[in-house]
Parts: sequence; structure tokens; C-alpha cells
Amino acid sequence: MIEQIRTEIVAQFGAESIVDMQLDGLQKALIIHPTSLVNICSWLRDNPTYYFDFLANITAVDYHPEAKFAVVYHLTSIPYQKQLTLKVFIANDRTVENLPEIPSVRMVWKTADWHEREAFDLMGVYFSGHPDLRRILLPDDWKGYPLRKDYEDPESYHGIAIK
Amino acid sequence: MNLNRYQSAYERYKEKIANVRSHEMVINMGPQHPSTHGVLRLELITDGEIVKEIIPHLGYLHRCFDKHAESMNYTKTIPFTDRLDYLASMNNSHSFVMGVERMLGIEHKIPKRVEYIRVLVCELNRIASHLIAIGTYGIDIGAFTPFMWCFRDREHIMNMLEWASGSRMLYNYIWIGGLFYDLPVGFEDRCKEFLSYFKPKLTELDELLSTNQIFISRTANIGILPADVAINYGCSGPMLRASGIKWDLRRIDGYSVYPEIEFDIPVGKGEMGTLGDSWDRYKVRVDEIYESVRIIEQCLSRLTTDFARTLDFDPRALVPKKVNLKEQDYYIRSENPKGELGFYFVTQEKTDIPRRVKARGPSFNNLSVLPELGKGVLIADLIAILGSIDIVLGEVDR
Repeated sequence: MIEQIRTEIVAQFGAESIVDMQLDGLQKALIIHPTSLVNICSWLRDNPTYYFDFLANITAVDYHPEAKFAVVYHLTSIPYQKQLTLKVFIANDRTVENLPEIPSVRMVWKTADWHEREAFDLMGVYFSGHPDLRRILLPDDWKGYPLRKDYEDPESYHGIAIK
Repeated sequence: MNLNRYQSAYERYKEKIANVRSHEMVINMGPQHPSTHGVLRLELITDGEIVKEIIPHLGYLHRCFDKHAESMNYTKTIPFTDRLDYLASMNNSHSFVMGVERMLGIEHKIPKRVEYIRVLVCELNRIASHLIAIGTYGIDIGAFTPFMWCFRDREHIMNMLEWASGSRMLYNYIWIGGLFYDLPVGFEDRCKEFLSYFKPKLTELDELLSTNQIFISRTANIGILPADVAINYGCSGPMLRASGIKWDLRRIDGYSVYPEIEFDIPVGKGEMGTLGDSWDRYKVRVDEIYESVRIIEQCLSRLTTDFARTLDFDPRALVPKKVNLKEQDYYIRSENPKGELGFYFVTQEKTDIPRRVKARGPSFNNLSVLPELGKGVLIADLIAILGSIDIVLGEVDR
């Protein structure tokens, strides 16, 4: 199935929209170029032969010590009972002023709203086009992104020693 | 420059709260209010009794599950999974353990007796979780008796699971490749005895609430969730089934021994009002308890005949000394009482500590639909809607 989806996406959005395919391992995945992510996602959702209408999960992964992050999307098609994994890799230098940036798919699936906020909160991935990208689990004035591998705990928070 | 951009959503939020119109009022519901089922804070912008907007604030119970899981090995993480949805710990660890077993490639080698015991304890836990959902939902709306009845019956399940695992709520019973121990001698009989006690009680509970006119008036046609909205927001479990979609991962993925077991998937029918209203969500949970009872009966009959206890049976025979995985990633999903519970693993070469484990909690996604469901309702109805979602904050905040 995944080869067919790839062929159709390449025909629709051009060869550069899909960077690679991951065929080894238990779950195959399509590796998508960030610029065509939103178009591919809406196409996958609306296409009557696939109909990936349910976004199960969004995960941000830190590949420390490599200067690279990944965002992984797990899609489910409820009518066809199929699953699909999409991955986007972003190179980034890990500075506070320059977060890895990726377009938001919140307009395609509303599930992405909170999942993207969580990824922004804990991993520091900026989803451009998200209407309300605030921190979700940590306090709004928290500094840093705790799920990054190079994160160091602060000494104190509002005068409370936490280390 | 960029820093301002990252902060801009927060500034917009502060501005919105500061600039509410003069006839509107901002009310904090929670975090210490019992009707929010834990430490959830809802910031409501209200116009009189009407809720104009809901801004949920999460994280009061954030215990860094993801960070813990990537700082220790897979076996040590199992007790942490128990603390996600602490009302259904067995189901959580079952899902996590299945994921690791599939990555190890040992899922077909697990003895049938172990699998049946896993399903048995998971379904007992599912009943316990749904009893809490129904009991607390009753009390949200003002019915006190069902709450006491549900907790009385749930306590029998807690006692049985304590007997098997040694702990009342957080079991650490299901291990990678097996179980902590075999069931204690006499467990099957006690379980049968419990079922014969519980079945009439369940009918009684069903009759007490489902057809109660006050309960129906408070829940029917309240918080109607159409199926397309439910799917778009990632709702799963009883929430999605109440909107009329027959989606149960026990059937669709057919994991463990569920394909060998007969059970129906209850869906909402809109009997008392509209399809997908709060009453339907309540009713799907009640019907699921009946189905869980059926599953437990079938498990018990298999566990006392084909897969009966033998003296040399060792439920830990397949438990690996060290979980050695090659570099890969895997997303496991399973049907928790609240919905689709998923774990996404990214493993590392030459170590048994994962690079990343993400827990996809069903309550987290089910709750995200609340700002949409609660727009324009009365404050009292908001309580009824929130109760019908059946969240557990341990899993929302992880």
C-alpha cells in the first residue's frame, strides 16, 4: 500500500515532496519534505481511496548528539482500517532563538492542536501557522524544553529549589 | 525577534482574558473542584449562565512520563505506565508490554494461559474503570446512590486484583514476556462467585440510572458530538462509539486472545435523544460492562479447562533478562477503557534504554474536544458534558 501512496503523492506533488521511504522495521514510513507536509496531509485525509481521517499521534523526537529533530505522525483510516506513518526530519542547531520549524497540520486534523502544543512545550518544535501555540503541560513562564537530550534542570522556579 | 514569535500566542491569550467585554465574566472551574475529576482547570468566559468560551489548562499532574521512560530500561518503565490511567493500570501495562514484545518478536511465543490471564485482569479492570465513570457521573449530576453502589462493587474487583498482584491499584502485574505470578489458587472460583453476585447488581444499577427521568433530562440531547467532529478531534473509545462508529481496537487489531473471544461492540443509538449525546456515552459504558462480563466468563472457562493451572507452569519463563532491541521504531495501540492508548517507541542500538517513548493518552484527546462541545451551553450542562467524557487526569497530564 505504501508504495502506491508514494507513487500517487509523487505524481501529485512532485518528486521532491517525498524524501525517502523507510521499508525495514515493523512499521513502514514515508519521509516527507516539510514544505509539502500540509498539502500531503489534506490529500491523504480527503482522498476516497485512503481516507486517513484519524490522526492518532504526533511525536517529536530528538536525535542528540546529531543536530536533527524528527516529527512523526501516526495516521489511521477508520473506514479502511489502515495505518500510516509519516516522518519529517528537520536539521537544527539547538539554540533558543532558533527552534526547529515545521508547518502545522492543525487545519487538517484538530487532534494536532494539543499534540503540537505538547511537542512545542516539551521538545521545542515550532509549528508555524498554529493559531494558539502556547505551552500546554508546563507553566507558561517555564524556560527551556525538558524532553531535549541536552536539557539541564534549572536550579529554582519562582524561588522554589527544584534540583 | 524569534523569541517574541514563540511567546506571541501567550501574549494573545493574556490579552483575550484582559479584554473580556463588560457583560462577560471569567470563571475558574477547578483545579480543586471535584466535578473536574482531578486537577483540571477550565477557564470559562461566561455571559450570565452561558459559557462563551472554554480554555482548558492542563499540567497540574504532569509527572514527566516521557522523560522517565527514556532514562530507564523497558522493564522499569512498567510501573510508570500503571500511573498513567491509574483507574485501569492493567490495560496500560498490557499495551506497553505488547509493544516491547512485538519489537522483540516474541508475541507469538507467549503461553495461552498467560494471554488469557492478561485479558481476564484487563477486563476486570475495565469494569472497575467504567464503574467509576458511571458512579462519578451520577454524582456530578446529583444522583448519590449509584456512586455508593459502584464503589461497593468496584472494591470487590480491587480486592481480587490485590490478591493476584499484591497491590490495590498500581499492579505491575503484566511483565514483558509473562506475568509477575500465576493467579493465586482459588482465584477462578472467587471470580465466578463475584460474577454471580455482580450480574444482578449491574442490572439494578442500569435500571436505577438509565431510565431515571431526572438523569435523562440532564443528559439526553446535551453535548451532542457528531461522528465527524469526534474523528477530527481524535476521540476514541466509548466517546467515538457513542457517536455511532463501531471502532474497537480489540476487534480491529485483534491483539492478544481477543479474536478467540466472542463479544459485541456497543454503539450509541440515540435512544433517549440525539445520537452522540451524553446519555449515549453513559449507556455505551454500561453496555460495555455487560460485554466485559461475557469476556471474563469465557476466559474463566478456558482457564479452568484447556489452559488449567499445572504445577510446572512458569509465567516468567519467557521474561527476558535484558531487552536487547535493534534500532527501530514502533507504535503500539490498544483499547483502554477510555479509548485508544498508544505508545510510540524509538529504540537505540546496544542499550536497553529507549531514545523516546511517547504515551498517547485517550483522555488527552477526548478532552481536547471539550472547548468545541461546551460552546454556548449552560454552566450546569458543562459539568454533565465533562463527566460524560470520563477523563482521568493522570493520563491527560502524564
